[in-house]
Amino acid sequence: MIAEIGLAALWLAAALAVLQMVSGVFALRAAEGEINPLAIYARPAAVVQAALAVLAFVMLLYAFAVTDLSIKLVASNSHSMKPFIYKITGTWGNHEGSMLLWVGVLALSGGMLAAFERRLPERTMGATLAVQGFVALGFYAFLLLSSNPFERLPVPAAEGSGLNPLLQDIGLAIHPPTLYAGYVGLSVAFSLAMGALLTREVNPAFARVMRPWVLGAWVLLTFGITAGSYWAYYELGWGGWWFWDPVENASLMPWLAATALMHSVSVLAARDALRTWTIMLGVLAFSMSMLGTFLVRSGVLTSVHAFAVDPERGAFILGLLGLYIGGAFTIFALRAGAVAEGKRFAVTSREGALVFNNVMLSAILAIVLLGTLYPLLTEAFDVRVSVGPPYFNPAAAIFAIPMFLVMAVGPLLRWRSDKPARIQFEMLLIAALVIGVIALVSFFGSYPFLPLLGLGLAAALGVAAFLPLRGRKLTRVPVATWGMVFAHFGVAVALFGMACEGAFSQERLAAVAPGGTEQIGDFAVTLESVAPVAGPNWTAIEARLAVRQDGGEPVMLNPQARSFWSPPQSTSESALLTKWNGQLYAVIGNQAEDGRWQIRLWWKPFVTFIWYGGLLIALGGILAIAGRVRVDLKRRVAVEKGAQRRADLDGLGGVPAPVPAE
Amino acid sequence: MKAKHQRLILVIIALLAIVGAGLLAAWSLRNQANYFYLPEQMASDPPEVGQAVRLGGMVKAGSIKTMPDGVTVDFMVTGNTADAIPVRYSGILPDLFVENSGVVAEGSLGPDGVFVATNLLAKHDENYVPKELEGMGTEQAAKMASETTVGLKP
Repeated sequence: MIAEIGLAALWLAAALAVLQMVSGVFALRAAEGEINPLAIYARPAAVVQAALAVLAFVMLLYAFAVTDLSIKLVASNSHSMKPFIYKITGTWGNHEGSMLLWVGVLALSGGMLAAFERRLPERTMGATLAVQGFVALGFYAFLLLSSNPFERLPVPAAEGSGLNPLLQDIGLAIHPPTLYAGYVGLSVAFSLAMGALLTREVNPAFARVMRPWVLGAWVLLTFGITAGSYWAYYELGWGGWWFWDPVENASLMPWLAATALMHSVSVLAARDALRTWTIMLGVLAFSMSMLGTFLVRSGVLTSVHAFAVDPERGAFILGLLGLYIGGAFTIFALRAGAVAEGKRFAVTSREGALVFNNVMLSAILAIVLLGTLYPLLTEAFDVRVSVGPPYFNPAAAIFAIPMFLVMAVGPLLRWRSDKPARIQFEMLLIAALVIGVIALVSFFGSYPFLPLLGLGLAAALGVAAFLPLRGRKLTRVPVATWGMVFAHFGVAVALFGMACEGAFSQERLAAVAPGGTEQIGDFAVTLESVAPVAGPNWTAIEARLAVRQDGGEPVMLNPQARSFWSPPQSTSESALLTKWNGQLYAVIGNQAEDGRWQIRLWWKPFVTFIWYGGLLIALGGILAIAGRVRVDLKRRVAVEKGAQRRADLDGLGGVPAPVPAE
Repeated sequence: MKAKHQRLILVIIALLAIVGAGLLAAWSLRNQANYFYLPEQMASDPPEVGQAVRLGGMVKAGSIKTMPDGVTVDFMVTGNTADAIPVRYSGILPDLFVENSGVVAEGSLGPDGVFVATNLLAKHDENYVPKELEGMGTEQAAKMASETTVGLKP
C-alpha cells in the first residue's frame, strides 16, 4: 500500500509538472500588464507538486525504515539486521532512491520559489515556472519509466542483500542530501536565468531574486564537498583527502561554476553590469549539475558511487542532458544579443577583478571537465588511460595562482574604476607576505614547489581577507561583508591545510610484531595487541596502538580491518588522533607469514584546516544570505512605510508626493 | 570605448582564456595521462622508464613473495600470453589481492625492468571490477569474477 501511494504521488506530480509548464507558457504569452486566465495555475501546481514529490520520498523512507522486503529496491539494498540509522540513510544509498531524492528536492525548491517569490513580474515568473516544470518533467519521466523506486517483487524476498559497507557510515547521512540540495538549488538559478532571458528582464531586481538561491546552493555544495572529502579521507583508508576521482570532480565542477555565478550575480545586483555573463553562468552551473548526475548515475564510471551499470538509464540521462543544455544554449544564443548592455567599468575596478576571477574559475572548470571526460573519450577509440593528480594539480594551479592573487586585492578595489596606486601599500604587503613565507620555509628545508607556493599564498590571503575591514568601524560593517571576509579567510585556511599536508606529511609503513614500537614525527606508536572484535553486521580484527607523544601519557588508537557479511566485503577503518596542529592516521593491514602485522601511519600536520576552511567558506555564505535577507526585509518595511506615508499625505491633499528613490 | 566594444573585448578575453585552458589541458593530458598496459604489451613495447602507467592482469600463481621487511611484496603479473612482468609494491595489500585474481598496478617501470607499483587496485567486492580488466575477454572476466569474489556462486 505504501509503495502504491508513493507511485501514485509520483505520477500525479508528473501530471502537475505538465500543468505548471503549460500554464507558465500561457503567462509568458500574455501581453504586458495583463493576466492570462490560464496562467494562474502555475504557482499552485508547483506547490502541490512539491508536496506530492516529498510525499513519495517519505513513503520510500518509510518502506526502508520498516524494511518492506516486497519492494525490490528495499530487498536489494537493505537488510533487516542493519542498524536503524543506516536503514534510513540507505534510502538514498542506491540509484532509484537517490534519484527520487534528487527529484524531491527539485520539486521542493520549485514549490518554494512559486510560494514565496513575489518580486518578479508575472510574465518572468510564468516563464521561470514553465522551465522549472519542464526540467522536473524530464526527471519524473526518468524515474517512472526507467528507474521506478517502488517496483514490487512478485514474491517478497526472505532477506535483503544489504548495503555496500563503505556507504554504512554517518557521512552518508549528510553528504549526498546536501550535495543534491546544492545541485538542485542551481536548477532554480537556471530556471530564473531562462525566465529572465525569455522575457528580457535581466536587471538588478532579477539578480536580487536569484542571489539567495545561488548563495544557498553554493553553501550546500561547499558543505557537501567538504563533508565528502572528509568521508573519503577517513573511510577509504588511503590517507588522501582528494583523489581527483571523476565522482569528486562531478561535485567540484558545479561548485566552480556556482562560485563564479555567485560573484557575477552580486555584480549584477549591485552594479547592473555583467548581464549576459550572469545568464550564461546560470545555464552553465546547472548544466554541470546535470553532467555530474549523468556521470555518477549512468554507470559510465566505475566507482562506489555508480550503483547501476545500466546503459538504458545512461542513455536516458544523456538524452535529458542534451535536451536541456542544448535547448538552453540555443535560447541563449538566440536571445543574448537582445539583452540590453549593462553598465560599463574600467579594467582596474572591482568588477574587473571579479570578471578576471570568473574567467579563471571557468578555465579551471574547463581543465577539470576535460580531464574527467578524457578517459571516456579515449575509451571510444580503445585507448585506456587514467588521468590523475599529475595532470590536475599543475594544470589547475596555473589558473588558480593568478586567481588567488587577484582575490587578495579585488575586494580592496573600488567599483567602476580605480587607480592601482591607491592600494599600493596593500599590494606590497601581499607580495611581501608571499615572497617572505616562501623564502622562510625553503630556508628550513626543501619542499615540493606547489605546496610551497600554497603556503605563501595562504599567508597572503589570510591577511588580505581582513584588509577590506581596515579603517572601517567594525560594528557598522554589513553582515554580508563579514560573509565575504569569512569566506575568503576560509579559502586561506583551507589552502594552508592543503599546502601543509602536501609539504610536511610523514608516512611510516612497517611490519610490527606485538610489543614493537615505531617512531613517526614526535609520536612513538606501540602495537600492544591485535584482537578480533564483532559489530552488528561485521567482524573485524582490531589493533590496539598506544601512542605516546614525546614520552607522555599513551593514547589508544584502534584501527580495524572489518569484514561485512552482507554483502561480503572488507573495509579498512582508520583510527585518527586529532591534535590542534594535525592528525595521526593509523591503518592496520595484513599479517605477514612470520606473525608481524603491517601498520601504516601518517602524521599530517594541519590537515584538519582543509575542512575547517571549507566550513568557514560555507559559514561566509550563510552570513551573506543572512545579511541580504535582513537588508531585503528592511527595504520591504521601508517601502511599506513610505507607501503608507504617501497615502497619508495624499489623504491630507495638496502636498506633492516625492518620487521614491530606488 | 563604446559599450559594444567593451563587451566584445570581454568575450574575446574569456574565450582566449577558455581556449588556452583547453589547449593546456589537451597538451598535458597527452603527457600526463596514465596509459594502460597489458603484460604482453609491456613486454613487447615497454613504456619509458619512470613514466606513470598502469599495468593490469592476473597475479601469477606461486609468484607472491614477501620481502624480509614485511611490507614489500614481489609478484608477477600475466596476461593473455606467457609474458610475465615482475612487480614490486610496498604497502598494505588490498584485501582480495590473491594469486590468480585480477589486479591493476599503478606506477612506473624501473631501469631494472621491475615495475614499481605505487598503488594496487584489486576487486573490493562483486560490484567493483577495475574498469581496465573488462577488455580481457568475457570468459576470462567471468572466470575471474567467480574465482576471486567471496560469496558469489558460479
